[in-house]
Amino acid sequence: MTLETVAAQHWDVIVAGGGNAALCAAIEAAEKGARVLMVEAAPLPYRGGNSRHTRNFRCMHRGPLSVLTDSYGEDEYFDDLLRVTKANTDEGLARMAIRLSEEALPWMEAHGIRFQPSLSGTLSLSRTNAFFLGGGKALVNAYYRTAEALGVRFLYETQVTHVHLAGDRFEAVDLLCGEEMATVSGSAIVLASGGFQGDLDWLARAWGPAARNFLIRGTPYNRGVVLRDMLDQGTQSVGDPTQCHAVAIDGRAPKFDGGIVTRLDCVPFSVVVNKDGARFYDEGEDVWPKRYAIWGRLVAAQPHQVAFSIIDNKSRELFMPSVYPPETAETIDGLAQRLGLPGVKLRETVEAFNAACRDGTFHPTELDGLATEGLSPPKTNWARPILEPPFYGYTLRPGVTFTYLGLKVDDTARVQGASRALENVWAAGEIMAGSILGQGYLAGFGMTIGTVFGRIAGREAASHVL
Amino acid sequence: MSYETPALTEAARQVQICNACRYCEGYCSVFPAMFRERTFASGDLTQLANLCHNCRGCYYACQYTEPHEFALNLPAALAEARRESWERFAWPGTLSRLFQRSGVAVAAALVLGVVLLFAAIRAVPDTGNGFYAYMSHALMVAIFAPAFLAPLVVIGIGLRRYWAEVGGQRVQWSDLRNAGRSAATMRNLSGGQGQGCNFEDEDRFTNTRRYLHQATMWGFLLCFASTSSGTVLHYGFGLEAPYGLFSLPKLLGVPGGILLTVGAFGLAWLKTKADPALGAAHLWGGEMAFVLLLGLTGATGLALYAATGTGAVPALLAIHLGAVLALFLTTPYSKMAHGFYRFAALVRDAQIARRTGTAD
Repeated sequence: MTLETVAAQHWDVIVAGGGNAALCAAIEAAEKGARVLMVEAAPLPYRGGNSRHTRNFRCMHRGPLSVLTDSYGEDEYFDDLLRVTKANTDEGLARMAIRLSEEALPWMEAHGIRFQPSLSGTLSLSRTNAFFLGGGKALVNAYYRTAEALGVRFLYETQVTHVHLAGDRFEAVDLLCGEEMATVSGSAIVLASGGFQGDLDWLARAWGPAARNFLIRGTPYNRGVVLRDMLDQGTQSVGDPTQCHAVAIDGRAPKFDGGIVTRLDCVPFSVVVNKDGARFYDEGEDVWPKRYAIWGRLVAAQPHQVAFSIIDNKSRELFMPSVYPPETAETIDGLAQRLGLPGVKLRETVEAFNAACRDGTFHPTELDGLATEGLSPPKTNWARPILEPPFYGYTLRPGVTFTYLGLKVDDTARVQGASRALENVWAAGEIMAGSILGQGYLAGFGMTIGTVFGRIAGREAASHVL
Repeated sequence: MSYETPALTEAARQVQICNACRYCEGYCSVFPAMFRERTFASGDLTQLANLCHNCRGCYYACQYTEPHEFALNLPAALAEARRESWERFAWPGTLSRLFQRSGVAVAAALVLGVVLLFAAIRAVPDTGNGFYAYMSHALMVAIFAPAFLAPLVVIGIGLRRYWAEVGGQRVQWSDLRNAGRSAATMRNLSGGQGQGCNFEDEDRFTNTRRYLHQATMWGFLLCFASTSSGTVLHYGFGLEAPYGLFSLPKLLGVPGGILLTVGAFGLAWLKTKADPALGAAHLWGGEMAFVLLLGLTGATGLALYAATGTGAVPALLAIHLGAVLALFLTTPYSKMAHGFYRFAALVRDAQIARRTGTAD
């Protein structure tokens, strides 16, 4: 559809965004009979926001469900959430999302989503997370097909630049497509346009100038334009405005959209040094899935926001293959040269580490207690001397996954104005996830929040209109 | 690692990225096979390329397709590596380069075949029954025995080269059984869960291509069985053509011909709807001509049977046998070769799965 034909009509429900939450909202609203317009900032090949990079959905289930084995109850799920968020969550909303995830999975299957058993290398998630066959882009494609068949109309490469509110009431949106602008009126709006991590200036203002050296793991189209516009109009916010979720990823990754392949799982089997060739943290504190998130911050705190993970030949095949081959050399000096590190200092660091290693049984998949002695900082597991050439080096940088600042919603996904709920404005997905995920991250929970709140928002918006 | 050709280098680049992602694990056999390895020698890539059925599920599910800088298009990269491998294995390779790429060359082979058969019918009058009234059994055998056996020898040479390149080992019955099951059900066009593949309508899953391919493959095999049964009846039992409707050659040949015709023309129609950029784009003409030739072989065979006793028989006989001749003679060099290499790849995949205990 063109901007002109869209602007000539009045829409029941306008959905800002084009990812999982937006699609779930659009599908629910259209199934209730609403005339729905979705406005996606990305061009068609990049539609779907960060959902296109996802791979699974964390799902409560009281018995085997679809590809999920055994059971995963509400309390266990909530405990997992408490652990990662350090209790920085809204318990009511969180428990609701968890409970509704169980009925969401069959709904997803009924709307074109296919699941597959846990991917190789992710067996630890086979009970808790249902994997999408083909990954998140396949999910996004399937939902677009479903939405299209229900009569939902889409605008691509179109930004919602302003939401017109008259008091507590939504009336219209300003849209920008290339050079063209239009104001489009609607009876209700669902805001599902993600966080602001694609806007590096905003990130730098929030976090500090170091953020300019961060890589953004997902879409560059999450620039927080709608979020900013709503906050400027006095709606209530949730989540720490200065924080983002960042993990340590391959430092050679593209600035944006590197996605899953840029992860590096070598840290526990390596020594990690900064640009000066010095170690700065216990690489073997815990298994990698429980530690990769803190390494984003650790690397962010180092000079130039960069670090280097160094292994020797015997560790090469202990972790998932990397997308870029590592730098390789026959000596530590040679490796230092290739990585641009001070050779003498790196050799000292590695020799000191090697001297602190002791004999013991090495166990790559569990905490083996093979710790260094008299080294600061220590390496408390998997400490084996780096001796056997060739030596390999990987560059690490912080990769931002999402931002925490969002819009406050109630249990009907309605956006909260300065004093009371807005009359006809709902929000779903990353733009409101800070209510539930105040800190940390739980694998597959972003898709749960997006699906559950997207569905609620779509239904509520349609009911309000019809 | 360095590779002999740009196509292998590009396939290696893409496979390395896929191996760090693994989202497509559930679509087909290519990904589990890929994920067993960490590094990829040329032979590994050739094996993956020939295992790929070009279902395209991985392309439409991929978050790294263009305009992303990774520019993944695995179906096309593997199609290129596959094309190149067939040219490498074929003897002589020049003919493979010709018939894989050029629809005109396939058409020319057809015309030549038909002309040759017309000439043969005209030059050697006969007094047998049915179509033997126009062309003797002895003459047919004299033309088609070598035209059938010589391409088989050439394919055999190609398969030996393939097997050496991919490091194939001694074949066990279970390998053949597993490969046979995959081929018989076209498991690798099932999308992993029976939803089919992405072909004629971008990311929509359908089984249309899978079923049309089934019709083509089974139709061809039935037609082949029909001819073989005729040969057995002729030499073994002294029963000569023409055969009645309830004879083995007809019971196999008529359904076979219908399946082959419907399947091949259906595949040609689908091909006009699919995105050529997700295959070896410059082979489009050669592939299209091949599938039309297959369809024509089936259709003219049926027409010949329908025309029994009419004056159209000599012309239809020449056209049908000309098509068969062109199909046979170009087999080692045309898209027809894919069936042999694909089956070999399935056998090799079954072997590796058996050895590594990762049968899926």
